[in-house]
Amino acid sequence: MKKTYKLEGLDCANCAAKIERAVNGLDGVTAATVNFMTAKLVIEAEEEKMAAIAAVAEKIVKKIEPDVILKKA
Amino acid sequence: MKKRFWRILAGAAVFLAALLIHDRNNVWVQPIFFLISYLIIAGDVLIKAFRNILNGQIFDENFLMGIASLGAFCIRQYPEGVAVMLFYQVGELFQSYAVNKSRKSIADLMDIRPDYANVQRGAELVRMDPDEVKIGDLIVIKAGEKVPLDGTVQEGSSMIDTSALTGESLPREVEVGDDILSGCININGVLTVEVKKEFGESTVSKILDLVENASGKKSKSEQFITKFARYYTPIVVALAVMLAILPPLLIKGANFGSWIYRALSFLVVSCPCALVISIPLSFFGGIGGASRRGILVKGGNYLEALAQTEIVVFDKTGTLTKGIFNVQEIQPQGMAKEMLLELAAYAESYSNHPISSSLKRAYGKTIHNERITGVEEIPGQGVLATVDGKKIIAGNVKLMNEKQISYFSGELIGTVVHIAVDDRYAGYILIADEVKEDAAQAIQALKKNGIQKIIMLTGDSKNVGAKIAKELGIDEVYAELLPVDKVNKLEELFAKKSSKGKLAFVGDGINDAPVLARADIGIAMGGLGSDAAIEAADVVIMTDEPSKIATAIKISKKTLKIVYQNISMAISVKVIVLILSALGIATMWAAIFADVGVMILAVLNSFRALNMRNL
Repeated sequence: MKKTYKLEGLDCANCAAKIERAVNGLDGVTAATVNFMTAKLVIEAEEEKMAAIAAVAEKIVKKIEPDVILKKA
Repeated sequence: MKKRFWRILAGAAVFLAALLIHDRNNVWVQPIFFLISYLIIAGDVLIKAFRNILNGQIFDENFLMGIASLGAFCIRQYPEGVAVMLFYQVGELFQSYAVNKSRKSIADLMDIRPDYANVQRGAELVRMDPDEVKIGDLIVIKAGEKVPLDGTVQEGSSMIDTSALTGESLPREVEVGDDILSGCININGVLTVEVKKEFGESTVSKILDLVENASGKKSKSEQFITKFARYYTPIVVALAVMLAILPPLLIKGANFGSWIYRALSFLVVSCPCALVISIPLSFFGGIGGASRRGILVKGGNYLEALAQTEIVVFDKTGTLTKGIFNVQEIQPQGMAKEMLLELAAYAESYSNHPISSSLKRAYGKTIHNERITGVEEIPGQGVLATVDGKKIIAGNVKLMNEKQISYFSGELIGTVVHIAVDDRYAGYILIADEVKEDAAQAIQALKKNGIQKIIMLTGDSKNVGAKIAKELGIDEVYAELLPVDKVNKLEELFAKKSSKGKLAFVGDGINDAPVLARADIGIAMGGLGSDAAIEAADVVIMTDEPSKIATAIKISKKTLKIVYQNISMAISVKVIVLILSALGIATMWAAIFADVGVMILAVLNSFRALNMRNL
């Protein structure tokens, strides 16, 4: 399944790339992309792991860019 | 952002004051001023760097800038220390301003989202969110309002502006019975429209969705640059450490301070931001600029591929030709042209075949059914009918042969309807698909833009294909292809391009989805209102103009030129500064300006991608 999140306050392109790479490395994620210009994170993952992945993704975002807030889009 | 701006300005003022102070009696006054300005400017960066280290993020830019500036303080290069942070912050501010501006300009560009719909409820009009309107509801669109949902006009007529969807500035007329698409603007009349699609399925939602998600599919250059950035920073930092430690240990009499100074310059240029930011900014601009011209590109990767197109394959019908069959020639024998057309139209009037509708359209008058007595349709051949008591035979060569009527047997290109009246040959009517007005110009423009081969595929007969190809200047034609053959043919054509070159296929998006998918770039024409085309293609030309394909290629080339300029400028300036710093030729000031200056130049350059009007 596919889920889209908004990354509010994202204004560093390199951090966007870092977030994308970290989320892609999570177990159960088939594909994750961060669109820097629209400030959106799209995660494609196995349905049953989605909730857990979203929670970890939020932590990753906090870790890489503490000022960015992950929101449901 | 405003607060940050004022804080930096205040810090800069203190910094300026510090530079001007000369107190010979007290050597500590000036450094203290520098320290104050430093803390004002750099406070948040240092806090962030510290917090990120606790989070396990070591090599982030805050940390690097923090070390570079603190290091400068340690070796008593106070002005440099403050300047590193000052210009870093100015760069960051500029960057975030530029990103916001670009996000906003695209949002304005795509400002086609309707805010409300006037829904008819009995005698009243209720203003509703377009999302809540249901299929079958009647909505009223007043002059100046946006069409909120796709539907059919039930009442009224008006001129509508479709430019937001098509890039076409000429308004279009709509009347009762016409389909109308969301995202257009009603110019003068009042229209009552029956809603045919929910908001989420309406044209405006589809287009917005597409453009917004387009930059998610990343181009090769963007992938390259993020990968580059990933290794660039650690390598430069490692070099900086070696530069600080090794020479003083290995070279006799080397001065520790001067090598540390050089190492700190390295840290200043170790941020990859300039590179990383300008690439998505350029592609975003290019995709936005294209959509303003009525060309939807579904991803940065496709925008990039368009510039490398070597072969363009057209499916004839609906791309180069209108896909509407029209009477091209009337050649009577022993009667007036009008008479022959009238008889043919009457004879064929009961048929649903596209040929008969083109005859009726050419005739243009109402058909009086009482004049027709007895009709017999012979599938694959034609019609036998009695009109005004006369026995009419209208059909192809097979029918004429069967009825033993001698007919004109010269070469004719297109579909021919032969007509006999009371068993005597009365002439023929030639029906053919019409070539689009800008088709020849489109082919010319493609050739001018470096397309090496232009190929046409068609299900039509060989002579029709050859004639159109010759007329338009197409290099190769493959005719009499069934839909399945087209995919196979495309496979063969892949062999004709170089390994780096791309093959684009242009179709009408109606029944060529497999071919569109197989091509490197699938381009669908006339996407406006055709969901299938929007779905299947990588690039959608909203209007019916094939000349827009060359425009798309030009936009792609311009965007890529900007991207390559940015990449080469940023990398080369950084490398030169690194070398000069290592040799002790460039000062830390040079490094600071190289870093921030390059970023600002790259961002300004990428803004050019937004302007695609004159291509």
